[in-house]
Amino acid sequence: MRQQFLTLLALSLSVGWGLSACNQNSANLESNKLTLTGSSTVAPLASEIAKKFEAEHPGVRIDVQTGGSSRGLADATQGLADIGMISRALKDSETEQFQSYAIAQDGIGIILESSNPVQSLSNQQVVDIYQGKINNWQEVGGEDAPITVVNKAEGRSTLELFLKYFQLTNSQIQADVIIGDNQQGIKTVSGNQNAIGYVSIGAAERDISAGVPLKLLSVGGVEASTETLQDGSFPLSRPLTLVTKETPSGLTKEFIEFAQSENVHDLVEAQNFVPISPQKLVQVP
Amino acid sequence: MWKPKTLSLFPLRNWFKYRKDFLLVWLLRGLSAIAGIVILLILGFLLREALPVLEEVGITAFFRDDSWNPGEKSYNLVPMIWGTGLTMMGAVLLATPLGIVSALFCHYYAPMPIASLYRRLIELLAGIPSVVYGFWGLVVLVPLINRLHPPGTSLLAGIAVLTLMILPTITLVADASFAKVPPEYLMGAAAMGLSSWGTIWQIVIPSAKSGLFTGVILETGRAIGETMAVLMVCGNVVQTPDSIFDPVRTLTANIALEMAYALDNHRSALFVSGLLLLGVIIVLAIAAELVDREAS
Repeated sequence: MRQQFLTLLALSLSVGWGLSACNQNSANLESNKLTLTGSSTVAPLASEIAKKFEAEHPGVRIDVQTGGSSRGLADATQGLADIGMISRALKDSETEQFQSYAIAQDGIGIILESSNPVQSLSNQQVVDIYQGKINNWQEVGGEDAPITVVNKAEGRSTLELFLKYFQLTNSQIQADVIIGDNQQGIKTVSGNQNAIGYVSIGAAERDISAGVPLKLLSVGGVEASTETLQDGSFPLSRPLTLVTKETPSGLTKEFIEFAQSENVHDLVEAQNFVPISPQKLVQVP
Repeated sequence: MWKPKTLSLFPLRNWFKYRKDFLLVWLLRGLSAIAGIVILLILGFLLREALPVLEEVGITAFFRDDSWNPGEKSYNLVPMIWGTGLTMMGAVLLATPLGIVSALFCHYYAPMPIASLYRRLIELLAGIPSVVYGFWGLVVLVPLINRLHPPGTSLLAGIAVLTLMILPTITLVADASFAKVPPEYLMGAAAMGLSSWGTIWQIVIPSAKSGLFTGVILETGRAIGETMAVLMVCGNVVQTPDSIFDPVRTLTANIALEMAYALDNHRSALFVSGLLLLGVIIVLAIAAELVDREAS
């Protein structure tokens, strides 16, 4: 009996050992494989670029995974990914740790349901709405209806950029709905006439042209569109960035150069992002 | 050790037959060991990931801090415990009577063809992926509630969607446990001239009680664990709700919303909520076991 028990224990331990050993990530195992992880805003563009890159370089495999900008940075630090994707510029505290290469520009637009009569909001009004000081559309020229404030979940770079631009902290915001990704935000606002939210302009324009009842408000007096993003006048914008821990070499370097080249401008535009003009490029050393 | 029970003239001919038994037993032992170990590994993993923040801020911080703002180092989980508890209780309170009544209808009152169609429908309901319920809730239910009382994404929406999702569980389990009521009981009741409602109330329900309890515990487990649908319709604002129209965030939704974006202590704190959920599920499993033991 006792011996049986011991055998069983030994067997189970060895199985457990085997299972936990499967945990290790296999990035970088082969030199012709690249792993990119990070922001869900950058990922669709990165996978399109990766497809084109793979087509031009037979035998190369590029794996793109989402999980947010924070994951992109964490994975690049730990070496789980060759390249991290973040949907913002590096913070000052991070520039020493990482090399960054912008591949496109995206803006954050404030969205309302299309039948909402409000045509524009000043920055102060947006701040007051998000802080709960204004909670009826009547106060900003709309109908007599309570405002549904849609905010992003903690850790999203869209949230960070929004907070930074409007000089808010997350705990000041009095939200009615908290959402995860762009699509959930668009679904929530398009289904609620009294909602206000903010999403990536690229995603919003794509859905508006597909007939989703939404409209984009201007921010700081500048219309929210890919044109104003392109000429740099739209204030609430962010670079979509690839980051690496070390100075890129080999395949990593080739891929980053490719992602910044004019070869991919059609892909960038197809995703409703704005290509970075060549003089703004950070050169790969 | 194994010994053949009967001696045959050619013992080796039967060697494989007995050997097979021996192999099967060890195969089964191995497989069940794997199943058990997976759970222990998960528990261990949760503990390991949760430990850093537990060591740093202590367990009381999760109940005493001012708010849930991991970026600003406060980790109060209480509003989300309320969120999980209230959505679960609301859904279980609604789904249990509905489920039992519809199982009774299906089993005793509905004509054969309707009953079998009805059963198929309920099974179909059980098979719909949760994200579909969530999507339906977001585009249909939430705007409806919004017209009643903004913002629409609310505790009520969560309860309604969850009720729909756990209804098939309790209905199917109740149906199965009614099927296990011995037919002699029903014949006896008929012989004594009990009305059909009297038979159900006095005889069927008491004798199917343990099955019904198991059903309730199963549906509770499903209600607690549900993530996607709840995430889409509940609004996810971290607050203790004052009314049924207030948005809430559940523990599962909290993990799903923030895990991908969380680092260090924030990530660790999310594992604490996972640990809490696992704890509740373990308590439920023990409760189910006790109810079962008492009944038999």
